[in-house]
Amino acid sequence: MSAAIFTMILIFAMRYRRRAGVQAEQIEGSTALEITWSVVPLGIFMVIFAWGAVIYFQERTPPRGANEVYVVAKQWMWKLEHEEGQREINELHVPVGRDVKLIMTSQDVIHSFYIPAFRIKQDVLPGRYTTAWFRATKPGVYHLFCAEYCGTQHSGMIGQIVVMEPAQYQAWLSGGTPSGSLAQNGETIFQQLGCPTCHRSDVQGRGPNLQGVFGKPVLLEDGRTLVADENYVRESILSPSAKVVKGFKPIMPVFQGLVSEEQLTALVAYIKSLSPVPNSASAAKPQESKD
Amino acid sequence: MATAAITAERENYLNKEYGIRSWLLTTDHKRIALLYLMGITFFFFIGGFFALLIRLELLTPAGDLVQADTYNKLFSMHGQVMVFFFLIPSIPAVLGNFLVPLMIGAKDLAFPRINLLSWYLYIIAGLIYIHCIVTGGVDTGWTFYTPLSTAFSNTKVIEAGLSIFVAGFSSILTGLNFVVTIHRMRAPGLTWSRLPLFIWAHYATSIIQLLGTPVLAITLVLVVFERAFHLGIFDPTRGGDPLLFQHLFWFYSHPAVYIMILPSMGVVAEIVPCFCRKRIFGYHAVALSSIAIAVFGFLVWAHHMFVAGISLYSAMIFSILSYLVAVPSAIKVFNWTATMYKGSISFSTPMLYAFGFIGLFTMGGLTGLFLAALGIDVHVTDTYFVIAHFHYIMVGGAVMGYLGGMHFWWPKISGRMYPEGWGRLAALIVFLGFNLTFFPQFILGYMGMPRRYWQYPPEFQVLNVLSTAGSTILAVGYILPMIYFLWSMRYGKIASDNPWGAAGLEWKTTSPPPTFNFEEEPVVTWEAYNYDEIPEPAEVPVEQ
Amino acid sequence: MWLFLGTEIMFFGGMFCAYLIYRIWYYNEFAAGSRSLDIYLGTTNTIVLICSSLTVAMSVRAAQMGKRGLVVILLILTLIFGLAFLGIKGVEWYDKYKEHHIPGSSFDASDLVRDYPQLHIDQSHEQIYFSLYFAMTGLHALHMIIGIGIFTYLLYHSWKGLYTPAYNTPVEIGGLYWHFVDIIWIYLFPLLYLIDRKPLR
Repeated sequence: MSAAIFTMILIFAMRYRRRAGVQAEQIEGSTALEITWSVVPLGIFMVIFAWGAVIYFQERTPPRGANEVYVVAKQWMWKLEHEEGQREINELHVPVGRDVKLIMTSQDVIHSFYIPAFRIKQDVLPGRYTTAWFRATKPGVYHLFCAEYCGTQHSGMIGQIVVMEPAQYQAWLSGGTPSGSLAQNGETIFQQLGCPTCHRSDVQGRGPNLQGVFGKPVLLEDGRTLVADENYVRESILSPSAKVVKGFKPIMPVFQGLVSEEQLTALVAYIKSLSPVPNSASAAKPQESKD
Repeated sequence: MATAAITAERENYLNKEYGIRSWLLTTDHKRIALLYLMGITFFFFIGGFFALLIRLELLTPAGDLVQADTYNKLFSMHGQVMVFFFLIPSIPAVLGNFLVPLMIGAKDLAFPRINLLSWYLYIIAGLIYIHCIVTGGVDTGWTFYTPLSTAFSNTKVIEAGLSIFVAGFSSILTGLNFVVTIHRMRAPGLTWSRLPLFIWAHYATSIIQLLGTPVLAITLVLVVFERAFHLGIFDPTRGGDPLLFQHLFWFYSHPAVYIMILPSMGVVAEIVPCFCRKRIFGYHAVALSSIAIAVFGFLVWAHHMFVAGISLYSAMIFSILSYLVAVPSAIKVFNWTATMYKGSISFSTPMLYAFGFIGLFTMGGLTGLFLAALGIDVHVTDTYFVIAHFHYIMVGGAVMGYLGGMHFWWPKISGRMYPEGWGRLAALIVFLGFNLTFFPQFILGYMGMPRRYWQYPPEFQVLNVLSTAGSTILAVGYILPMIYFLWSMRYGKIASDNPWGAAGLEWKTTSPPPTFNFEEEPVVTWEAYNYDEIPEPAEVPVEQ
Repeated sequence: MWLFLGTEIMFFGGMFCAYLIYRIWYYNEFAAGSRSLDIYLGTTNTIVLICSSLTVAMSVRAAQMGKRGLVVILLILTLIFGLAFLGIKGVEWYDKYKEHHIPGSSFDASDLVRDYPQLHIDQSHEQIYFSLYFAMTGLHALHMIIGIGIFTYLLYHSWKGLYTPAYNTPVEIGGLYWHFVDIIWIYLFPLLYLIDRKPLR
C-alpha cells in the first residue's frame, strides 16, 4: 500500500509541478471516493485482523499432552525445570517434533520469554503463571532473549534453546543426577508442609480431596465455577481464602512467604500428577508446523 | 503586500516591549509560543544527545561505551524527555499557541494568564526533570512498568514521576484554553465548516489532552505513593496487580500518541493546499477524521499488552478496534494525496517536509497495522520493530510536520524569510538521515533483536552500524535549521504579509503580527482554502 | 470550569477504577475495611459537606442579587463547614493511626483478622484497601483545602464589594468547583463506608 501511495505522490509531484500559466483545478471532494477508500481498506484490515487472530488463538492454546517445562524468571536469569526433574539455567533442551508447554512465573519483576526463531513471546509475571508453547521442527541452537525490560542486566538475560533428535534428548535426560522428577519433589514438599492432614485421599478431610482435581471445573463458595489450572492451584496455596471450594470452610493456612517459587512449581506439578493426563508419546499427528 | 522598507520597523508583538520582564510576564499568546519554543528546543537537544549516546553504544555488540545502568538511564530519559518535554508540547504549544487565535480572528486565547501558567508549569516540570537527570536519572524505561519502578529500581523514580505529573497539568491547561477559544472566540462568519483544518486538529488534540492526561496523572501519583510509602497497589507480593498499572498507564499513553500526531496532520493539511494552490480534497472528511481519531484512540490501549498476560478475547477486541482507528488516518493520507491531483505543486521547504511526512507517516502507520495483527505482534513486540514503527510516526511524522510548520510560518512569526536553499537541503538531509537510521531497525526487530538492550548478539551489528550512521546524518539535518533560523532573524530577507500566497486569516495581518493580532476584527465571508480566489504569490521564494 | 471539572473526573476516575477492581477481587478484606471506618463520623461529614454546598449555592444566588452582606455570611459559613469537614477527617485519620491501619511499615490489621475470623483476611490485601482509602480521601482532602483557599479569596473580594449582579462569575465558578468536590465525596462515602458493612457470614 505504501508503494502505491509513494508512486502516486511521485507521479503527481512530477505531473503537477508548478508551471507558468497552468492553474490548479479546484476540486471539492467526492463523497463516493471517500466512502470507497474508507470501506475498502476497512475490508482489507478485517481480513488481516482475522488472519492474525487465528494465528494468535492457536498460539495461546497449548495442545494437550505437551511436555511441560516450568520456568522461573528472576533478575537476571532463567531457571528452567523439566517434569523429569532436570534443572537448567539459561538453557533449555527439547526434543525435535514434540509439543513443549512452558509454565512460567517471575520471582521479582516482569520479564518476557522470547524465542525469535519460534515466533513466540510471552511476558512472565510475578504472582501468576503465564504459559506459552511451541513445537521445534529443526534441530539446532536458537536464541532465547528476555524481552521485557527488567533492570540492569536485562540484555544479559539471554540463553539458548537446544533442539535435539529424540534419541539424543533421551540420552541427555538420563545424564546428570536429577533428584527425582518435579512431581516427586512436589510430593515430598506436600508431605513436609503437612498438607495431607486436611487434603486426605482416603476419606473426606477438612480440605478437598485433590485426586483428579486438576483440569476439572470447581464450584466455589460464592457460586462461581472455574477450571482448576496452575494459577488456581498457586493462588490456593498462597492466598487460600480467595477462592474457597463450596462446602468447605476457609480455614486453610496461608503459605505466602513460606514457599519459594521453585517449591510452588513442584507442588503444582505434583497436584497435576494426581489427575490422569492424556499422554501423547509420539508426535504422530500431522499438525502444521510452528515456524 | 508591503515592501521591505515599511515592514522593518512597524510596531509588532516582538518590538512592542523589550526587557526580560516583558517576556516572563507576558500574556501575549505569540510571546508565550516563543517561550515554549525555547523550552522545547532545549529539551529536544537534550533528548537528542541521549539518543546519540545510545546509538554510539550500539555501534558494537558489547557494552563498551557506558555501563549497563547508565545505558538503561539513557534510553529511559531519552523517551521521557522526548515524549513529555518535546513531542507533546511541540506543535500545540508553539504553533498552536501562536496560530490558533490568529487563524480564528481573535485577539488572544480565552485565558491568556492560564496560558502563561501553562508555560511556567512546563518550566517547573522541566527544572525538576533536569535536577533528576543530574542527580542520577531514572532507569525504568519511559513506561515505568511495575513492580520494577515501584519496588526494584533504585533511581529517581519519584522525582521523574512528579516532574511528568506537573508537565501533565501544563498540557491539560493548554488543551482547556484551546477548546474554549475555538468554541467561543471565532470571528464573525467563521463557521465550523470554514475553520482551517489546523484548528480542527488542535481541537481534537485538546479533547484528548483534557480527557487522557488526568489518568496519567493519577497513575503517576499512585506509583509515587507506592514507592514512597511501600504500598502494594501494583506489587504482587503485597497483594497488588502489575497489569493494573499497565492498563492505567496505556489508557493515557495511547491517546498521547495521537496528541503527538494530530497537530502535525493539521500542519500538513495547511501546507499541502497552499503549495498545490488548491482547496483540500474532502475537507469534511479530513475534519471529521481528526475527531474520529481522537475518539477511537481511547478505545485501543491494550494493544500494547497483547503478550502481557491479558485474556485471549480481550486481545482480539483490542486488535479489531486498533484496525478501526487506522481507517481515519488512511482517509487523511488519501485526501492529501488527492489534493495534489491536478494541483500546481511547488517544492518549497515546507512542501518537502509535507511530502516527507506523508510518505513516512504512511510507512509508520502501515507497520502499525502489522503490530495490530495479533499473530505478528507476538513476534515483533518489544523488539526494534516497534521502535522503528513509533519513530517513523513520531520523528518521520510529527517532527517533520513540526519542522514543516516552523518553516511555513516562520515568516509570520519572525517577519523574516529563512534561506530557502538551506531549507531544502536540510529537509533532504533529515529525510535521508532518518530513513537510514530507522529503516534498518525494522529488519533488526524482525530478526529478533529485543529493545532496551545494552549489548546484543553479534549478528545484529551491521544493521546497528547503519542505523548509527544514519543518526549522525539526522543530527546534522536538525542542527542546520537551528543555525539558519537564528541567522535569518538578523540577516534574512524581510517577509511580506503573505509570502506564500496562503489562505487563512493569519496571513491577512502583518508579518510579524501586532500584539493584538488584527488592526480590525476580520469578518469572514469566504470558505476555507479559497485558493481559486487567492493569486499565486508574486515572488515564489527563490534560491538565496 | 466545566472542562476543568471534566479532567478532574478523569483524574479521580482512575483511582475509582482501581478501587472497584480490587473491591471485586478482595471482597472480604474490603468489606472488613469498610466496617472498620466510623459510620457516624462519615455520615456527619457527608451532612456537613451537603450543608456547605447549600450555603455555596445560596451565596451564588445572593451575589446575583447583589446582597453583599448575605454573600459574606454565606461564604463564611461555607468555610466553617469546609474546615469542619477537614477536622472530622483528621479525627478519622488519627483513629486509623491509633489502630495501626495506616499503610506502610507499621501497618497491622491483626485486629480485623481477629474480629472476622470467618473472612480469613489476608493482610496484604487489607493494606491495599487502606492504601486506596488514604489515597482517595487524601486527594479529596487536598481538593477541599484548595477549595477553602479559593473561597477565602472569594470571601475577601466579596467583602470588598467586588461582586455585583453584573459581575459575579468568580462566585459561580468557585461554586462549581466546590460542588464538584462535594460530589466526589458523595461517591466516595458509599464506596468506602457503606458497601457491605456486614461482611460475608
